Amino acid sequence: MTETTNASPLDLPVLTRKDFVSDQEVRWCPGCGDYSILAQTQKVMPDFGYPKENIVFISGIGCSGRLPYYMNTYGFHTIHGRAPAIATGLKAARPDLMVWVITGDGDALSIGGNHLVHSLRRNVDIRIIMFNNRIYGLTKGQASPTSEFGKVTKSSPYGTIDYPVSPLAIALAAEASFIARSVDTHTEHLQGTLEAAGKHHGSTFVEVLQNCNIFNDGAFRDFTDREVRDDRMLALTHGKPMIFGKDRDKGIRLNGHQPEIVTIGENGITEANLLVHDETDPLIAFMLAHIYWPEFPVPVGVIRRIHRPTHDRLISEQIEQAIASRGTGNLRRLLDGGETWTVE
Amino acid sequence: MTAVEERKTTERQLERVTIRFAGDSGDGMQLTGTQFTRTAAVFGNDISTYPDFPAEIRAPAGSLPGVSGFQLSFSSTEIHTPGDEPDVLVAMNPAALKANIADLPSGGALVVNEDAFTPANLGKVGYTANPLIDGSLSKYNLFSIPVSTLNVRALQGLELTNKQMDLTKNFFALGLMFWLYERSMDATLAWIDEKFSKRPVIAEGNKRALKAGYNFGETTEIFHERYIVPPAHLKPGRYRNITGNEAAALGFVAASQLAERPLFYGSYPITPASDILHQLAGYKNFGVKTFQAEDEIAAIGAAIGASYGGALGMTGTSGPGVALKSEALGLAVMVELPLVLIDVQRAGPSTGMPTKTEQADLLQVMFGRNSDSPIPIVAPATPGECFQYAIEAWRLALKYMTPVAFLSDAFLATGAEPWPIPDPDTLQSIAVPNRTEKAGFYPYLRDPETLARPWAVPGTPGLEHRIGGLEKADVLGNVSYDPDNHHTMQMLRQAKVAGIAADIPPLEVHGAPEGDLLILGWGSTYGAIRSAVERLRARGETVSHAHLRHLNPFPANTESVLRSFRRVLIPELNLGQLLMLVRSRYLIDAVGYNRVRGKPFRIVEIEAEANRLLAELKVAAT
Ligand SMILES: Cc1ncc(C[n+]2csc(CCOP(=O)(O)OP(=O)(O)O)c2C)c(N)n1
Ligand code: SF4
Ligand SMILES: [Mg+2]
Repeated sequence: MTETTNASPLDLPVLTRKDFVSDQEVRWCPGCGDYSILAQTQKVMPDFGYPKENIVFISGIGCSGRLPYYMNTYGFHTIHGRAPAIATGLKAARPDLMVWVITGDGDALSIGGNHLVHSLRRNVDIRIIMFNNRIYGLTKGQASPTSEFGKVTKSSPYGTIDYPVSPLAIALAAEASFIARSVDTHTEHLQGTLEAAGKHHGSTFVEVLQNCNIFNDGAFRDFTDREVRDDRMLALTHGKPMIFGKDRDKGIRLNGHQPEIVTIGENGITEANLLVHDETDPLIAFMLAHIYWPEFPVPVGVIRRIHRPTHDRLISEQIEQAIASRGTGNLRRLLDGGETWTVE
Repeated sequence: MTAVEERKTTERQLERVTIRFAGDSGDGMQLTGTQFTRTAAVFGNDISTYPDFPAEIRAPAGSLPGVSGFQLSFSSTEIHTPGDEPDVLVAMNPAALKANIADLPSGGALVVNEDAFTPANLGKVGYTANPLIDGSLSKYNLFSIPVSTLNVRALQGLELTNKQMDLTKNFFALGLMFWLYERSMDATLAWIDEKFSKRPVIAEGNKRALKAGYNFGETTEIFHERYIVPPAHLKPGRYRNITGNEAAALGFVAASQLAERPLFYGSYPITPASDILHQLAGYKNFGVKTFQAEDEIAAIGAAIGASYGGALGMTGTSGPGVALKSEALGLAVMVELPLVLIDVQRAGPSTGMPTKTEQADLLQVMFGRNSDSPIPIVAPATPGECFQYAIEAWRLALKYMTPVAFLSDAFLATGAEPWPIPDPDTLQSIAVPNRTEKAGFYPYLRDPETLARPWAVPGTPGLEHRIGGLEKADVLGNVSYDPDNHHTMQMLRQAKVAGIAADIPPLEVHGAPEGDLLILGWGSTYGAIRSAVERLRARGETVSHAHLRHLNPFPANTESVLRSFRRVLIPELNLGQLLMLVRSRYLIDAVGYNRVRGKPFRIVEIEAEANRLLAELKVAAT
C-alpha cells in the first residue's frame, strides 16, 4: 500500500492495537485528552502495513511529548520545539521509515515555529500531530500562541494581550501538502483523520483539539460537546458540499469571496448552491483555516491534500543522478583531484 | 624585443619570499594570491598562505574597510607560517597602501599601481599629499608603475568595456610577479581558459593582461634583479595544495567511507564554515546528503536525527552558531549518539569580526551547555591536518557513541599548504556495527571497555525502544528521577569521555623532553610556535614545543610533559582558555601569551615572549 515498505502487507504478521502499546505506565492527568489521542494512534497503526520496527515517533517537550514512551515502536523524546528538525534528518537518512512527530501548541508554534514552517514547506514526509490545548500544560498553565486574546492565565493575570494564530493558516502558508483538524473526544473522526494522515506522503499537519482538564478545561466545549457538535462543527469531505447541522440542513455558501451560513430549503437554497470541498484548492483551504466558532462552525477533517515529491525523495534522486553521471564516488580519485604534483 | 637581449638583469637565489597582494575587495586579490600559490606549489616550493579579507562583499571602492589582502610565503626550506612580514607588498590603490604599509620592513619592495593614486582616491583614505612623490616612502624600494594605463594599452582592440578592462589589472600585477620570481605562466593561462571558456573575449583579456605584466618586467629597466626560490626538499610523493576547509571536507568523506555509513551534513551558512557545506554538497556521488537548514538549531537537530537513523550525522558552523546549537548538543550527550560538531572559529564576541581568526571558542565547546555534559574535542594544527582529524573526530564519535567537537579557525580554514596526498589504503577502518541481537539488549547497557551504549537503529526488529533528553535509568534506559541513578549516569558520561585518554597518542615534544621552557599550543598557532622554537633552539636555548590536538581529554602524558620544564608558556589567540584548563587541571603555574587582533601570531611575537621568560629564569637562577 505504501511505496516504501519493503515487504508486502501479506507477508507481515498481522498486528493489532496491542502490539503498539509499550510497557510504560501512562502518566497524563486523569481525564486528559491526550489519552484518547494515544488510543486512536495505537489503533490506526496496524493499518499502514509498516512493521512496527519501521515506525518512529519523535516528540518535542510538553505533555504531548510523552506520547512516544507509550508507543511500542522506536521513539525519540527530543527537546522543546525541535522535533520536526530531528525528524527531517532521520527521514532524509532513512527514507524507509514511517516518521511521526508529536507536538503541542507551544512546542510547534512558539519555540519551534521556525522548524514547523520549514519542515512543512520542504514537504518532508513526516506526520506532525499537534495537540492543541491552547495552553502550556507541562509548565502548569501559561498562555500559548493559540490562547484566545485576553485569556487570564498564570502568566497573564490581566489577560493576554497577544493575538492568537491559526495553526491551520500557518501550515497552509508553509505549503504543507496535507492539513487536517480533528478533536480528541470525537474518536471515530480522529481515527479517520489519523488514518488519512498516515497514508499521505509528504508534510502532514494535523491539529487535534485537545482538552487540558487541569489548566484549560472546556476550551472547546462550546462546539465539541455531544449535544451541540453537529450544529457547530463542519465535517469536510472532498468533493462533497459543505453541509452541517443535526438535521443536515445547514451549509456554507460563498457570497462573493465571503463564506456565509445558509439553510437548505430556505430562500430557495439547495445543495447545489453550497460550496463543494476541494482538498486541492488553496483558496478554500485559506477560508477554512480562518473560520471558527462562534461566527462559523469549526471545520474538521482534511482541509488540504496535494501530492508533490517529498524531501527525502528529492535528496535521493539527486544522489542517484550524481552517481549515474559521475559514477560511484572513488576516494582515491577524490583525494588525488585538483592540481597535483609529484616530488621525486 | 632588442631591449631584452641587451638588458642585464642579474639573478639572485633566495631561500624564502613573502608577497602580499593588497587591493580593493573588487580587485581580485584573493584570486591573484591563489594563482601565485598554485604556481609556487606546483613548482615544488613549500608554501603557506594567509588570505585576509573584509566581511563586506564590496565595501565602498577605494575605502580602508574594503581592502582585501592575500599573503603567501614560498620557500626552498620547510616553512610553517605565511611569514611575519612581506618582502614585497603589491598595493593596487592608496587604501591598500595605507592599510598595509606598516607591515612592510624598511628596504622591502613596494609595487604600486600609480594610476590609482588620484586626488579622489588619496582623499578617501585621508592622504593629503601623494605618498608616491612626497618622499614618505623613501625607506622602501618603491616601484611605481602605471598598471591601469599599461594594461589598457595591452587590451586594445578587444571588445571589452572600460570596467571589464579594469577588472583584469590584477593579472597584470600577477604577471609581473611571475616574471620577478621566474615563474611559468602556464598554470594560470590554462586556468583562465577553463574559467572563461564560455566568454572567450574575457579569457583573452585576462591572458593579455597577465602576459603584459610579465613582459613589462622583461622589457623595462626598473627591475635589476630577478629572484629564484628553488624547490623545497619536501618528502617524495604526490602533493596538492589544500586549505583547512577543503581538507576537512575530504576527511569527512573519507570518514564516511571508513565507517561504511553515509554522511549527513546539516548546516546553516556562516563565515568561515560555509565552504565545507559548499564542498560537501558537491559530493553527492559519495552518498553525502547535505541539508541547508533554516537555522543552526535545525542543522544540528537534523544531524542528530540522521545519527539516530544510523548515518554519520554532522553539523558545522562558527562560534555564534555553536551558541545556538548548545541545547541540542546536550541532547546528543544525553542520548549518547555519535555526532561531529565542526566549529570554524572566528573573532567574537557576538558577530565580532566574521572573516578574522581567533581561537576563543574552546571553553564554549568544552563547557557551553547546561549541566556537566562532557564531549571530546579535537583540534587540527595545520590545514592538512584537518583531513586526519576529521577522521579522528569520527573515530571517537563512533567508538564512544558521543558527540565530538572539531575545532578549526578562520586561519586554518582559508590558509593553504602543500599536502601529501594520503593513500586511502593506509587509512584504518573506523566502522562499528549496529546492535541487532535481541537477547540481552538494553538501550544503556554499556561496553565494559569504552562505556559506549549500543547503537540500535530504527528498523531493527525486536529492539524497539525509546530514548530522549530525560535522565535515563542506568542500563535500562527508561526515564528515571532516581537521585542515585542520576549521580551514576553523570559519572558514567564523564568517565566515558575521560577514558578516551587511553586511546589517543601521547603528547609529543619537539626538542628536548625537558628543559627551561616548554611552549604549549593548540590549533592554528602551530606554525608560529614551531618557527619561534626552531629559532630559539638554533640560538642554543633549551626550549621545546608541544602541540595539543586532543583538548578533551588531554593525552595521558600531558602532566608529565608539562612538569618536565621549568616554565610553560601557552600562547593563544584568546584571553587564556587552554591556560585556564591546564592551570585548573594540573595546578601548574603556566603563563599565557594572549593576543586577539583577528590575525595569526607572528613568529617574532612568540620569540620575544619566550626570550622574556628565559631571561626571567636566568635572573632567578643567579
Ligand atoms: C528550551 C526550553 N524552554 C522551556 C522549556 C519549558 N517548557 C516545557 S514544555 C513547555 C510548553 C509546552 O506547551 P505545549 O507545547 O503547548 O505542550 P503541552 O504541555 O500543552 O502539551 C515549556 C515552556 C523547556 N523544556 N525547554
Ligand atoms: S496538564 Fe493538561 S495537557 Fe498536561 S497531562 Fe494534565 S491535563 Fe493533560
Ligand atoms: Mg499546549
